[in-house]
Amino acid sequence: MRTRTAKRPQTGSPRRASKLWQLRLYVAGQTPKSLAAFSNLKEICETHLNGRYRIEVIDLIEQPQLSKGDQILAIPTLVRKLPQPVRKIIGDLSDANRVLIGLDLRPAD
Amino acid sequence: MKNNGSRSVSPAALLPKSPTGIQGLDEITGGGLPRGRPTLVCGGAGCGKTLFAVEFLVRGATKFGEPGVFMAFEETAAELKSNVASLGFDLASLIRRKKLVLDHVYLERSEIQETGEYDLEGLFVRLNHAIDSIGAKRVVLDTLEALFAGLPNEAILRAELRRLFRWLKDKGVTAVITTERGREQLTRHGLEEYVSDCVILLDHRVNDQIATRHLRVVKYRGALHGTNEFPFLIGDEGFSVLPITSLGLNHKVSNERISTGIPRLDTMLGGRGFFRGSSILLTGTPGTGKTITAACFADAAARRGERVLFFSFEESPNQIIRNMLSIGLRLEPLVKSGLLRFHSARPTLYGLEMHLATMFKEIAAFRPQVVIMDPITSLMVAGTDHETKGMVTRLIDYLKDGQVTSLFTSLTHGGHALQQSEIAMSSLMDSWLLLQDFEGNGERNRVLYVIKARGMAHSNQVREFLISNRGIDLVDAYIGPSGVLTGASRVAQTAREKAEVLAGRQEAARRKRELERKRATLEQQIAGLRSDYETEALELRRVDEQVGSQTQVLTAERTELARLRQADAPVVSKSKGSR
Repeated sequence: MRTRTAKRPQTGSPRRASKLWQLRLYVAGQTPKSLAAFSNLKEICETHLNGRYRIEVIDLIEQPQLSKGDQILAIPTLVRKLPQPVRKIIGDLSDANRVLIGLDLRPAD
Repeated sequence: MKNNGSRSVSPAALLPKSPTGIQGLDEITGGGLPRGRPTLVCGGAGCGKTLFAVEFLVRGATKFGEPGVFMAFEETAAELKSNVASLGFDLASLIRRKKLVLDHVYLERSEIQETGEYDLEGLFVRLNHAIDSIGAKRVVLDTLEALFAGLPNEAILRAELRRLFRWLKDKGVTAVITTERGREQLTRHGLEEYVSDCVILLDHRVNDQIATRHLRVVKYRGALHGTNEFPFLIGDEGFSVLPITSLGLNHKVSNERISTGIPRLDTMLGGRGFFRGSSILLTGTPGTGKTITAACFADAAARRGERVLFFSFEESPNQIIRNMLSIGLRLEPLVKSGLLRFHSARPTLYGLEMHLATMFKEIAAFRPQVVIMDPITSLMVAGTDHETKGMVTRLIDYLKDGQVTSLFTSLTHGGHALQQSEIAMSSLMDSWLLLQDFEGNGERNRVLYVIKARGMAHSNQVREFLISNRGIDLVDAYIGPSGVLTGASRVAQTAREKAEVLAGRQEAARRKRELERKRATLEQQIAGLRSDYETEALELRRVDEQVGSQTQVLTAERTELARLRQADAPVVSKSKGSR
């Protein structure tokens, strides 16, 4: 399963830089944790990135060889490929605040 | 049994084992690590954990046809490859031939932000993929504890590790998990509670400035194992554990006898010398001629056309060759012809286990029929007595296995009870010769005893040991009422005895002459008496004759007178006058 959820930039002012955010979510099968992570991620992106993002979901059960590239151990793992530098957030992304800090969308207090 | 229903549950069935291919380890564990189960290898920094793991995989792939996965949490694949290349492990080639997968897992905590629930399924998927890609039977996780530094949530991590070990068992792979040794427990993060089948502890200790590595099987569920600490070494062919007691005593034996190089010594040993393949201990105080005896043996063997390997821990080869010339042994041609090889090294050069490895290597390369160690006691400075004994045991076992005759010289220090210090080692030896010196009358003299010689009638006599420029000679020591006499005293005693014999002989001759003289005197006396007797007999006859002639004259005169007077009875005068 390889799901691509790409959204074209929409109208409305960008909160931060107007670059395209490239996010990759690693999951292993349709587990409650990965489903929760995906929906949490989508919500955060919708709220804060306003369409300037692309989420690539990689199911390691289908493509185990891809785990090497991003050094994936924990599932689910969200990897911010762009903008640089690469960031990793592990967990079901239930804490939106920490996800935003992890993605550098909000400075840590 | 615990987790694998498909395996036989019969108590008689032995635990299946995976041979590690690591020299000595399979002997200690009785066949290797538990097959299909994880084994924990713990130890401090620089103990050789990673190497152990790599060798386990490499041997598995090359010797036992079991491909392996190496998951490295600390070193990158390139680092690992170059690190083990020095041991002759060509990981790149194994990877190309699909015998090995190297996976470097890299975790940088600063890059990771944690939000909410997660598990380590990624690691499982990755490991599973690696295992399935080559059909691996062996897995190494080196060092799993790096995860504790990389992942913030220890509770999740522990739960996942527990799951991982169960998963490995279910997968049926034989796994080696390396961990750092903790202060109070075997591992820093208490992983031993998850892996309960087999735990091996590696240790690196420094005693008297000499570092020795040790290996101990702390735990091996369901199997007998050597529980001792075994020294091991990392040589240029990988790991080598030196099991001291685990080798079976089932060497072949030979009935062939070989000369000691000293004819009288052969005589003392039942007339034919040592058994081939036996081990010989030669002990003695300094300067009693141990090296010389050893050199004689070496010389004799090489002259029979056998290969001789001479390990010297005190003298350089050239020095030995020069010194032996002084007793008429010409070793140099034998060295040149390749029959005799010297190997000299200072005992303190490296630890005991390294010495042993070097010896093994030399022996394997040269394949000698006779090995000489001069002196074995020098190695004691490189290890404790116990370790040395262990080493000698191992060495003797190895040599006996190959039917190599070995001679060990051993230096006894003055002041020690002569035989006591060798007790530990002597029981390993088949023959034991003791060289000793006696001091007295302002000189020291060497003597030799055969203390034991298994399997042959040997002399119980002490022999004096003479070293001259023609070699070694054994002579009977003088044993008399005043004890054993050697050297000048022996010579003096012998001379005294000779003088006594001579004196006795002279006395007898004198008495004989005396008797002769007496006899001659008596005979003279007899002759004198006889001549007296003859003189007297002559006298008597003369008297008789005188008397006769007087009578005749008288008769004649009387007859004449009668005639003149014309007397009768002429008959009487006629008869007398007829004589």
